Amino acid sequence: MTEPLLEAKQLSKRFGGLLAVNGVSLSLHKDQLHAVIGPNGAGKTTLTHLLSGDIPATSGELWLKGQSVSGWPHHRLSLHGLGRSYQKTNVFLPLTVWENLMLAAQARDAHAPFNPLAWFKRADHNQAVVARADRALHLSGLALVRDKTAAILSHGIQRQLEIAMVLATEPEVLLLDEPLAGMGAAEAETMVELLQALKKDHAMLLVEHDMDAVFALADVLTVMVNGTVIASGTPEAIRSDAKVQAAYLGEATP
Amino acid sequence: MSAPQAHLESLPRSVQLLMVLGLIALVAFPFAGQDFYTQMVTRMMILAIFAMSLDLLQGVTGLVSLGHAAYFGLAGYVLAFMSPADAGASWLTTLPLAMLGSGLGALVIGFFVVRTQGIYFIMVTMAFAQMMYYLFFDNKGLGGSDGMYINVRPAALGLDLENKLVLYYFTLACLCVTYQFLRRLLWSPFGRTLNGIRLNEHRTQALGYDSFSYKLTAFTLAGALAGLAGYLWAAQTGYVNPELMGFHMSAHAIMMVILGGMGNVAGALIGAFGFELFLHLFKDLPKVGDFDLGKHWQLWMGSLIVLVVIVAPQGLMGLLRPRSKDD
Amino acid sequence: MDFANFSIQLLNGVQYGLLLFLLAAGLTLIFGIMGVVNLAHGSFYMIGAYLAYALTGAWDSLALAVVVGTLISIALGWGLEKLLFRHFYHRPHLDQVLLTFGLIYIFEELRSMLWGDDVHSVGVPEALNWSIALTDTLSYPAYRLFMLAICTLLALGLWLFISKTKLGMKIRAGAFNSDMAQALGINIVRLHALVFAMGVALAALGGMLIAPLSSVYPHMGSQVLIMCFVVVVIGGIGSVRGALTAALLVGLVDTFGKVLLPQFASMLVYVLMALVLLYKPEGLFKQ
Repeated sequence: MTEPLLEAKQLSKRFGGLLAVNGVSLSLHKDQLHAVIGPNGAGKTTLTHLLSGDIPATSGELWLKGQSVSGWPHHRLSLHGLGRSYQKTNVFLPLTVWENLMLAAQARDAHAPFNPLAWFKRADHNQAVVARADRALHLSGLALVRDKTAAILSHGIQRQLEIAMVLATEPEVLLLDEPLAGMGAAEAETMVELLQALKKDHAMLLVEHDMDAVFALADVLTVMVNGTVIASGTPEAIRSDAKVQAAYLGEATP
Repeated sequence: MSAPQAHLESLPRSVQLLMVLGLIALVAFPFAGQDFYTQMVTRMMILAIFAMSLDLLQGVTGLVSLGHAAYFGLAGYVLAFMSPADAGASWLTTLPLAMLGSGLGALVIGFFVVRTQGIYFIMVTMAFAQMMYYLFFDNKGLGGSDGMYINVRPAALGLDLENKLVLYYFTLACLCVTYQFLRRLLWSPFGRTLNGIRLNEHRTQALGYDSFSYKLTAFTLAGALAGLAGYLWAAQTGYVNPELMGFHMSAHAIMMVILGGMGNVAGALIGAFGFELFLHLFKDLPKVGDFDLGKHWQLWMGSLIVLVVIVAPQGLMGLLRPRSKDD
Repeated sequence: MDFANFSIQLLNGVQYGLLLFLLAAGLTLIFGIMGVVNLAHGSFYMIGAYLAYALTGAWDSLALAVVVGTLISIALGWGLEKLLFRHFYHRPHLDQVLLTFGLIYIFEELRSMLWGDDVHSVGVPEALNWSIALTDTLSYPAYRLFMLAICTLLALGLWLFISKTKLGMKIRAGAFNSDMAQALGINIVRLHALVFAMGVALAALGGMLIAPLSSVYPHMGSQVLIMCFVVVVIGGIGSVRGALTAALLVGLVDTFGKVLLPQFASMLVYVLMALVLLYKPEGLFKQ
């Protein structure tokens, strides 16, 4: 087994009296999709926040590509190859799809802001950035809506843009928080195909409620209940695990 | 209603035309008008530079600063300190130094202020500007409440700013350079990022941008440009006092930017000229019977501002901009 | 500094702090619950002072002036909220800033038209126009002690109201999460009107009480406004407890600063604010 690209060791997050995430450990490997499932309120999104650096952990360690990154802010983690999509669509609504992607693609090229050279050239004249944005555009199938404002896009297309933006930063680790949220069957199928294609070359974490998608995509499954991991393993093992059946799969709605 | 606007950088055709015509008018103006009006327009141009510097902060990056005048006044004081009592300093040295001083002041204060958000940011910018105000007000060594005089205006390279006409064209040149610089900045990667921060700071950070550094840089740059305006103001009036850093001056700047329309630099310019014109208009109102309309200009000015907020929150640019198909 | 001097400064500092608390409490609640930046808050302070001047001049009684003045302020606050501010709760802060700028201009001008631009004094009421001797040479004015007592009572009253009564609890809920409070069935519209009117009244009351001590002059509003902002920033938006702590802190630092380091006295408070911002950018007691 190759070295994990992202490794969490005993991550915990306490909000006042509430222990939202309790000693969770997991690792993400290249070319692998690790799904995290569990009932609502299990702490899945909070865990994702901890992994992406959106909120600091109360205790535990985080390792990215063999380097300790505990306590790093999310912009720093992002620069080191960690990309994250959000459960609630978090794009630049007033900008067009292309502008959204350009802003994302530019991040890797960002001069320090105090470099005056960054002040005189037009942003859209940077060929490398344009190419990166273009790649993300086509990979996510958004070429037809390139110049449409994000705010007027359908929900499903917005979710695709949500992923496309992360891809434009060319991360090695992908954290995807409910990418299929609110999607109809056809849209979901397109998304699953996209995610399948992304498995190659990326280490992926998928938080999802859609069980069909989860079992189609996951190589490893972790089940969380009330902030704690109750089971972790291959999809087959999880499917037949008694604890999991009792806690979750029995009541799950795809 | 409160969703942030995008594509503020694009100028409608009408405005582009207005800019060109305006430039021609400004170049030709001194030959057509009297001395008094030349000075008035010089002042408008200085305020336009001030307003544009604030637009970088407010309209582009989305940071509402109630203390921008601190950097405006600071530059004026630098000139005052560097001007000998009986001779003019060289603007070749004092102008860059004044802008550096303002920029440095903005960098130091910005370090504390930029880490705050929303309402806090508004309040602390105001507070720190007041701090500067009191620093100068309370200390005789810095001029105290009386301020300082610049007895002889700066000169260099044969351009003597004592000469009203030279000052006019010098200011016009500064105005054009500032305008072009900021317009280019809007389309640069730096400007795009500032825009992103305004629209969705959280996602901008998630993409990998260190938004704190970007905001601090914008704050510092805006401060330095405010310093350019402040230097010219001091060069024109020959006098600096703490009021130049005060709340009213900062409020003045915000109102100019809003009146014109934020986010594209041209609006700030238009707003500055418009604001000053309205001010002169109200102050020059005649007496109606016993009631001196002009004396109570604050009432009219205040009402105009309230009206603009309620009816046209996007300012004049908002009114001139064609409805996009996405509205 | 000997003990008598120290006591005087201490009393002055606490008194100033409590006065700031009266103003800052209203401001922080208006910020916290309605999310409105109100730069005209200082104007209400000024209006209070001028009301005290005008009404005391007419009826020769500060007490009566204060009562009537407070009622007028409540009405003013209620009216402004209903006509203007209510429509700005969801507008961007910039719009609110602008609106209140416009109001400052208008208030300044109205005041100028009604009462002129001169500095006025309001006489200390006969009953309180004496001093307590502390030493052979130092004495402390009774009116200041009276103000101290009144402000302490008001602060205590506000504290008890906010933390012990049902209405106070609703206000705190509103400060914590406005939408949630509404979802819980709290009549948020009436709550907003109440909080706003209360804020205006407290500010005006502060102006009325301070009038005999500091005299009544045109720009007294903007001066106190900045201090209020500093208090709210240090204390944390929406927290009355924070406003009290910060107000006392600011009052003491400013008072002792003026005595110990006169040249930098005015800056000390801002240095304090800068320090707080370094470690707690959202204030000491942020909700």
